[in-house]
Amino acid sequence: MRPAMQFVDTANRFHSDIIVSNGQTDADGKSIMQMSMLAATCGTCLHLRAEGSDADQALQALRELVEVRMFGEPPP
Amino acid sequence: MEIKKGIAVSPGVSIGKSLIVDSEDYRIPRREIEPSQRVGEIQRVRNAFQEAIEELTSLERGQDEATGGHIKDIFAVHLRFLRDRSLRRRVTDSVQTESVTAEYAVSTVLREIASHFETNVKDTYISERAADIYDIERRLLRRLLGTKREDILHLKEEVIVVARQLSPTQTAGFNRDYVKGIASDAGGRTSHAAIVARSLGIPAVVALEDLTEVVRTNDRVIIDGNRGIVIVNPDEETIHQYEAYSREFVALEHKLDAIREKPATTRDGVRIRLLGNIEFPDESSLVLEKGGEGVGLYRTEFLYLNRSTEPVEQEQYEAYAEVARVFKNKPVVIRTFDLGADKYTQNQRPTPEPNPFLGLRSIRFCLQNLTMFKTQLRAILRASVLGQIKIMFPLITSIQELMQAKMIVHDVMEDLDEENIRYNRSIEIGAMIETPSAALTASTLARDADFFSIGTNDLTQYTLAVDRGNELVSPLYSAADPAVLRLIRMIIQDANKAKIDVSVCGETASEPEYVMLLLGMGIRTLSLTSPMIPEIKQVIRSVKIEDCNHLTRTVLAMNSERQISSYLRTAARKILPEAF
Repeated sequence: MRPAMQFVDTANRFHSDIIVSNGQTDADGKSIMQMSMLAATCGTCLHLRAEGSDADQALQALRELVEVRMFGEPPP
Repeated sequence: MEIKKGIAVSPGVSIGKSLIVDSEDYRIPRREIEPSQRVGEIQRVRNAFQEAIEELTSLERGQDEATGGHIKDIFAVHLRFLRDRSLRRRVTDSVQTESVTAEYAVSTVLREIASHFETNVKDTYISERAADIYDIERRLLRRLLGTKREDILHLKEEVIVVARQLSPTQTAGFNRDYVKGIASDAGGRTSHAAIVARSLGIPAVVALEDLTEVVRTNDRVIIDGNRGIVIVNPDEETIHQYEAYSREFVALEHKLDAIREKPATTRDGVRIRLLGNIEFPDESSLVLEKGGEGVGLYRTEFLYLNRSTEPVEQEQYEAYAEVARVFKNKPVVIRTFDLGADKYTQNQRPTPEPNPFLGLRSIRFCLQNLTMFKTQLRAILRASVLGQIKIMFPLITSIQELMQAKMIVHDVMEDLDEENIRYNRSIEIGAMIETPSAALTASTLARDADFFSIGTNDLTQYTLAVDRGNELVSPLYSAADPAVLRLIRMIIQDANKAKIDVSVCGETASEPEYVMLLLGMGIRTLSLTSPMIPEIKQVIRSVKIEDCNHLTRTVLAMNSERQISSYLRTAARKILPEAF
């Protein structure tokens, strides 16, 4: 649950709408309920879409969290 | 205003604010609201979320980073759920579109999410998060239901407790100064709610089916434990009526309390013995308090019901010994297990019986489960040295059954002799007469029984072939039916001829309108639910046997139940107008 929490916290720093898709379902990247129901487990491919004034910065920050810092957790 | 009908299990009338007591895992029942109430309910949802956030924030802050880091994380996740606007919207949308209460919307939405985790998510780490969602649900519900479960222990104002079913733990914490009544969805005369209410002397109604769906905490409710009615949000007129009725009832109770010490003697000097019916050992004190002179019917099924293990001999012994010690040299009639037709025994069977009331029940059941039967008899016999214990067999239908049961008593006595265990060698053994066959052969049974006790409930059911629980035919159920009355008279006459004691322990013994008739037919001992003892004593003290005999002659000449009922009611009303 911690990664979902970090993701949502990051997303909520921006004004833009953030939509996360696993290919079947879209989820609001700012909603922990929707993000956790998306059930993205390790290795799931997610598509991120941001719409709004700070869309680029939002995507950059989320990419940083997921791909670079790996939620601050060691890889399995 | 809504009127719900249940079973009255403890008399009295109470008007007050309700307090819903639920177990925390209890599902919130669906309750629809008026469209105009939706705005208010949505506000309640928002407030509950807000309050839960505040509560959690301070809880989170209280956790030490080093030792409580993990808990802090959990709280942090819960907080994000509570702040999640799309979650809140899902709940408020549910209130809006389905017109349901805030509690119901919270419960269903969060349970949907939890079950999504449980069923659709393969990853066990995430699926186990369902527990977090249930925790959030409970937190919100605690805000919405207003009162925490523990609050029942810390009551500060008078309440009427409303519950689906009360557990022993919950009832153990009742404060008798504040709990003014009990109402429950489930339950029967032997439910915990009933027992506790009777021992506290507060009104109670059970088996109200869906009361918890109709009433909310702080709703005003009236509990009528005399008529088995609960009124939710009564109008002013009804409240006034009930306040007056309640005052009358209390006044009557006080008046009756005053005669507690006086004997149950008719105006022409005939002494009548009034005994109490009990189901649990702790009801003994109430029998004495109400002026009972012993126990005429100690039901022992409680030892088996509401539990999963067989009661061992020592446990039974203690239950019988406790009552024997309370009553000392006053009689205590212990009825052996009347099991078989009840849900408990039926559920234990590989296949349920198609017709349990005509099946393997009561003494028949005991005679086919000898180990169980002997264990009970051993426990009763061991306790028999402590007081005036008598044994009574239920549902005797023939002399063979009575003989067989008595033989088993003697077997157990021999076992006790061998082990040098003391018991009352001359213990009285009686038969409950509650089937037409027993009534018709009462003269034969009387030769082998030390006493008879007439069980009018089953006698009426079997004589008239009416199941009183079946509402399609229940109006046909009446102990005032000429067929039933003729059987009762026959039993009494045969008992008198054989010079053995005969008493009545069915419900008719607690109904004022039957008292004169039973006395007129020759009954001198009545066993009844203890709260009714003072009222029945009052009737006895107001009549003359001569008048009872006259009434009985008139009634026995009548051929219709309706005519008899109305005649009895009119006669009783003249004696005790307050009771009607």
